[in-house]
Formats: sequence, C-alpha cells, structure tokens
Amino acid sequence: MSVMNKLGHQAEFLDDRLTVANWGKRNLRKVFPEHWTFMFGEMALYSFIIVLLSGIYLTLWFKPSMTEVVYNGTYTPLNGIEMSEAYKSTLDISFDVRGGLLMRQVHHWGAMLFIASMTIHMMRVFFTGAFRKPREINWTIGVLLLTMGFVEGFAGYSLPDDLLSGTGLRIAEGIMLSIPVVGTYISFFAFGGEFPGDEFISRLYGIHILLIPGIILGLITAHMLIVWYQKHTQYPGKGKTNDNVVGYPFMPVYMAKAGGFFFIVFGITVFLSGVATINPIWAYGPYVPDQITAGSQPDWYMGWLEGALRAMPNWETTLWGHTISWNVLIPGAVVLGVIINLMLIYPWLEAKVTGDKREHHLLDRPRNAPTRTGIGVMSLTFYMMLLIGGGNDIIASQFNLSINAITWAIRIGIFILPPISFVITKRICLSLQRRDRDKLLHGRETGSIMRLPEGAFVEVHAPLSDNEKAVILSKTDITPLPWPEKVDENGVKDPQYKKDHRWARLSHWFFSDNVPKPTAAELAEAEAHIRHSAAEGAPVIAHREQLEPEGGVLHDPSAVEAEKEPVTK
Amino acid sequence: MRRRHRAAAPILVLLTLALIGVLYAAVGSAASAQASNEGATTNAELIKQGQQLFAEGCSSCHGLGAQGGPEAPTLVGVGSAAVDFQISTGRMPLAAPNAQAPQKKVIYTDEETAAIAAFVASLAPGPQIPTDEEINYEDADLVEGGELFRTNCSQCHNFTGAGGALSNGAYAPDLRDATPRQIYEAMLTGPENMPVFSNETLTPENKQAIIKYIQNMDEQASYGGWAIGSLGPVNEGAFIWIIGIGLLIGAAVWIGARVR
Repeated sequence: MSVMNKLGHQAEFLDDRLTVANWGKRNLRKVFPEHWTFMFGEMALYSFIIVLLSGIYLTLWFKPSMTEVVYNGTYTPLNGIEMSEAYKSTLDISFDVRGGLLMRQVHHWGAMLFIASMTIHMMRVFFTGAFRKPREINWTIGVLLLTMGFVEGFAGYSLPDDLLSGTGLRIAEGIMLSIPVVGTYISFFAFGGEFPGDEFISRLYGIHILLIPGIILGLITAHMLIVWYQKHTQYPGKGKTNDNVVGYPFMPVYMAKAGGFFFIVFGITVFLSGVATINPIWAYGPYVPDQITAGSQPDWYMGWLEGALRAMPNWETTLWGHTISWNVLIPGAVVLGVIINLMLIYPWLEAKVTGDKREHHLLDRPRNAPTRTGIGVMSLTFYMMLLIGGGNDIIASQFNLSINAITWAIRIGIFILPPISFVITKRICLSLQRRDRDKLLHGRETGSIMRLPEGAFVEVHAPLSDNEKAVILSKTDITPLPWPEKVDENGVKDPQYKKDHRWARLSHWFFSDNVPKPTAAELAEAEAHIRHSAAEGAPVIAHREQLEPEGGVLHDPSAVEAEKEPVTK
Repeated sequence: MRRRHRAAAPILVLLTLALIGVLYAAVGSAASAQASNEGATTNAELIKQGQQLFAEGCSSCHGLGAQGGPEAPTLVGVGSAAVDFQISTGRMPLAAPNAQAPQKKVIYTDEETAAIAAFVASLAPGPQIPTDEEINYEDADLVEGGELFRTNCSQCHNFTGAGGALSNGAYAPDLRDATPRQIYEAMLTGPENMPVFSNETLTPENKQAIIKYIQNMDEQASYGGWAIGSLGPVNEGAFIWIIGIGLLIGAAVWIGARVR
C-alpha cells in the first residue's frame, strides 16, 4: 500500500510540473493490432540495437589505422607478417580480447539480420499496400533506411582490412572510376590518392561509427514516431474498418511482448554467433593488392549488385581517348540508382495510376491488388536472379555446373523470368479473387455430399463465418482513370490529352481483369440460397459430426475464430 | 693355473675389431649389392609390369606407346609424379571425357600405380615422384606457407583450400582431402588447368611450407564455431536467411499468435 502511495506521489510530482498524466495515459493505452507479420519491423529495430551495442564494444579495441605493423600474437600462422593496424587490432579482438570474437560475430550476424529483417518488413508493407496514403513518407524513410543499411554494412565489412575487405573496396574504387569525367577525381578524393592509399580506413571508420549510424537512428526515430502518430494499419476482419484500430493496448500487452521479443532476438543472435563462424578474417589474411581468393563475395545484401556486375557483358566505348566502362558503370551505379529511385517513388507512382486519393488504414490482401502483387513478385524474381548471379562461382563449384552456363542463364533469365513471374502471379491472384467471389455467392464447401429424393447428388454449402465474410468484403473495387476527351463540349482541344491518355492506359492496365465484388443484391440473393442449402444439409453435417467429432477434418478453425470477440479500442 | 699370454687381450680386441670390420664390409656390400641387384631386376620388371597395366588400362586413349591420341595427351615426358597424382587421386583412368577429370574411387593398388609410373617415367625424363624426405613438411615455415598460399593458390582454391569454380565447368578442387604427396605432385606437374610450379618457381622448401599451411588449416580449430563450409559470404548469407530469419519468424509467430 505504501509503495503505491509513494508511486502515486512520484507521478503527482511529475504531473504537477510537466502535466504528463493525460499524455502518458493516452499513449500508454494506445492500441496496436496483432499479427506476426507486424513484428518484422521490430526484428529490424532490435537487431539494430544489438549491432549498436556490440559495435560500441568493438570500438574499444579496434584501431582504424592503415599504419603498417608486424603481427606477433596468438594466431601463429600470421606471425611476423606485415599488416595494417586495423587488421592487427581485428585479429587481437578475435583472439586476445575476452569475448571479442563472440562480439565480432554478434555484430556481423546482427547486421545481416538487421538488413534481412528490413527486407522482409518491406516486402510485407509492399504486398499489403501499407505504403498507401497517408503512409507514403514512411515508406520513403524505410527505403532510405534500407539503403543506409547497405552502405553501413559495406563500410563495416571493409574496415578490418582483410583480403575480402580490400577486394570489396577495390570493386568500390572500380565503380567510382567508371563514372564518366569525374570518376578519377572521386576515387582520388575518396582514397586520398591511388588505391588503397593509407587514409581510407580511418575515413571510413568515422562514417561507419558516427555518420551513418546517426542518420539511421534519426530515420528510425522519424519512422517510429510516424507509425505512432498515424497508428498502425491492420488486416481486414470482423469489426475492423478504415476508421478504427482493433488490437491490444501498448501498456501492458505490447510493452511485455515487445520487451520479450527484444530478448528473443538478442538471444537468437548471440546463439547464432556462438555456434557459427562469420567472416573468419584470420583465414583471409591481411589485404595485399596482389592477392585474391576464390569465393570473394560481398555480404548477401550487396550480392545482387555483385550479380549485376558479374552478369554484365564486357562492353566499353572509347570516346576522345577516354574509356567509358559500361560493364562497370551500368551494373555498379546505374542499376542501383534506378532501382532505389523507383522504390522511393513507388507509392506516388501507384497512386497516380490508380487515381486513389483516399486514406487507407485497412491492409490490402495481396490478391486484391493483382498488378501490384505481380510487380512485387516480378521485382523479387529480378532480385533473385541477380543474387544467384552474385554467387555463380560457389553455385558452379558446389553443384558441378558451368559458371559460364550460369552467367548466361542469368543474362537471359533476367529479362525473361520477371515478366513470366508477373503474369503467373497476376493470374493466381485473379483466380483467388474468383474463388473469393464464389465463396461469397455459394458459401463454403463442406465436403459433404447429399443425395436428394429425386436422386441427384449435391454438395452441402455452409454460410461463411462473419470474419471470413468481412475479410473477403474488405476488397475495394476502384474504377480506372477515365479516358480523357480529345475535344471538350466547347470544341476546345485538350492540351493534356496525350499525357492523360497515357496515364489512363496505365490505369486500365493496372486494374485489368479485376473480378468485381458481388453487389448488395447479389449478396442478399446468395445469402438466402446458402442458408437454404445449409438448412437442407444440416442433418448430413450433424451425422458426419457424430462420426467424426471435433479434431477431425470437419473441424473448422475459422468458425471458432469468429466466435471470439476481438478487443476493440 | 697357466697364465694367459701378455698379448692375449690386445690380440683379442684386434681380432674382434677385424671380425666386425669384415662382417660389416661383407654384410654392407652384400646389402648394397643386393639392393642394386634387386633395383635393376625389379625396375625392369616394374617397367614391364607397368607396360602391361598401361596397355590394359590406359592405352585405349593414350596409345600403346603413351604417345597420346585424339582425346588424350601424350604422356612421354610427364614423369612419374604426374602418373602417381592422376592415378592415386582416382582421376585416371577417366570414366568419360568431360570438362575435367573428377576424383573417383582409386582402382589401382599402390604397387600397380608405381609400376605404371615407372613405365611412363622410363619413356622420357620428367618430374619424379617426390621422396618422403621431399614431402616432409615438419620443419617448414608455416607463415611463409600462408603467404605463398594466399599469393599463388587461394585465387582458385579458395582461402581455406575449399576449392572454387573455373571457366566452363572446370574447377579447382578441394585441397583439404589431398595428401601431402598429391599436393606436392600437383604443384610439380600442374594437372588439368593448374599451372606448373616447378622447383625453380617454388623451391621444395616453398612447397613444403604450402603443404604445411594447408595441413594446418585442416587441423586447426574452427575458432568461430561451425565454418559453414568455409566458402565465404555466400554461405553466410544462406545461413542467416534460412536459420537466422527462420528462427526469428518462428519466434514472431509464437509471440504474435492470439491467445486462445
């Protein structure tokens, strides 16, 4: 009792001075919807925190210097070899600092998890249309976070100055050099002269531990504040609308869940770091420009760019005595730039095509946006082709394939497979839409066959659960942009005609083959029909329930789910 | 009791020494004579046996005189080292012409291999099978071996000797199962796509150092835990997506599951 009193006094003290009681109450009771896919962003956030903490530990011993020193330490196979201080201190962290190797591995595995989590989070947001108005800005911040993650990761694995680091930096230098006109200047500026120079590691260090983490932290803060302010989107279901949030309050449910999940992510990361090696820098040896190893690859998130580089034919043009290396410029700089920019503007691009200016808080089911889902799968196919191409030598040697055959398969596949996967995905989505429409109009197939008095066999259909109905009915049918008039009623030519016509054509393409939701009249008619069928078949169902009690194939989990009332705010 | 002659002891010593000397000379020369005798006969026999085996198992491609054919190179002058490498790793005889001869089950015994090697070596001089002394890497310089390995070997064979891909289906094989003799022979003869590292390019000491580094990599502890095949970041990426993200999604589903 006295404890509560004391706490109460404390709260009063704060409230008297900062008037936080109302604000705190409102925010602590804020409702968030529940779904496991909503935790991907949390996964990214927690792995970032883990990377930040383990990174601080590493800074205590890492020496970002390219000064040549001679190693004489615990790892005898490198004794007496000249190496940079950066590499030496990484060896020391790995072999002489207590917990150093574990921390290095936590830092590196955590970084890989951070970017992988961001990737699946982005996929969830894309396929459910969570980026639509009003969340376009947050999508953009997310894309920037992912890009910053790439840069931060690249900077990170370049710091130890081992053979793999140097190889990666050499490629980065090559990409800088491929930029026409200013390439050489950029490279000399970045490396303080000829590659590798003796400046770069210390420059990169500042970028890696200060600049980019700072940017990422700022962007994460903005990202989360916007989520908090705009409220979280939710999946469609019974009682869920565009104007409410159905779920549990932040305090205590999500505070506990989120706190617990942090420790689970931490635990999994440390477990992985305890059992699996990542980046064994001692085996690579220090970076020496005339050495190289087979299997020189970047971390997975840079693998698609590596793939683009490996798949690109060896095209060069010589203009006025200067070589333009299309073979590096296109995959190294152009592909990355184009794709990141397309990702940044996608929400606005889609809104322009659909003409959809409404606010969306209810998520799309991927099938109900077939063109978007198709574009998503198409992009993933493209990405996967490049990623596979990035590991072409490992795939060749492990699966006894020809590296040349793989490269050609990628070169051709990158143009052919994405469109094919687009068409297949779109068709699957449309089929699922048809199936949904069918379910609404004819009910759920029970799998029970009934013989009618006149001898005919019919399948008994049962009405859908309220929840399932709500999910299917969440689909919004949007009419494509209208075709513009060439000449208005006053005979004035529309100067925007051509442009508008193009957008309208895109819009019609986007919504082509949409399977419209049944009208209210159709639904009412169907309702009566399904009810009739169900009533007629009730004895059959009852008989089978008796034969096969709950737990058998007839047990319908969705019906049980519908009975549970969700907590509404 | 009759007293022994004064000179008895020295004479006995001398006689003993003489006897030992004679015996030593007799046995020693006999042994060496036997050895040279045996060498002469056995080598000729060995070559003959090798020729027989060669005719049976190799000549269909390489020709009866090892002169080569449309599908196989001449073996005149490749030396016994090349033969020993190819046969003792199971690469020869070849099952089918392909991008590269794969390692298979070894079908010849050590004696048969030696016979074929002797036959091929008898055709023209070439690199000889290294002696046990030559492949003894105990005293070699591990650190130098590492430097040489990273400069000359890792570009194809990977930083841990796990192997890598070459053009058009060819590949640099995994070195971790190879014996010191095979590694030495491979450097000496440059099988398949491998360049020849003659004793002028890499001295026997260099070769021993490289062997020591490879053996050491195989023996040393995997400091960071499971090495995931020691193939570099590709496997690390696959690991984090399958195991790492797999575990995290499992945890998310578990936490996100609605309490029933």
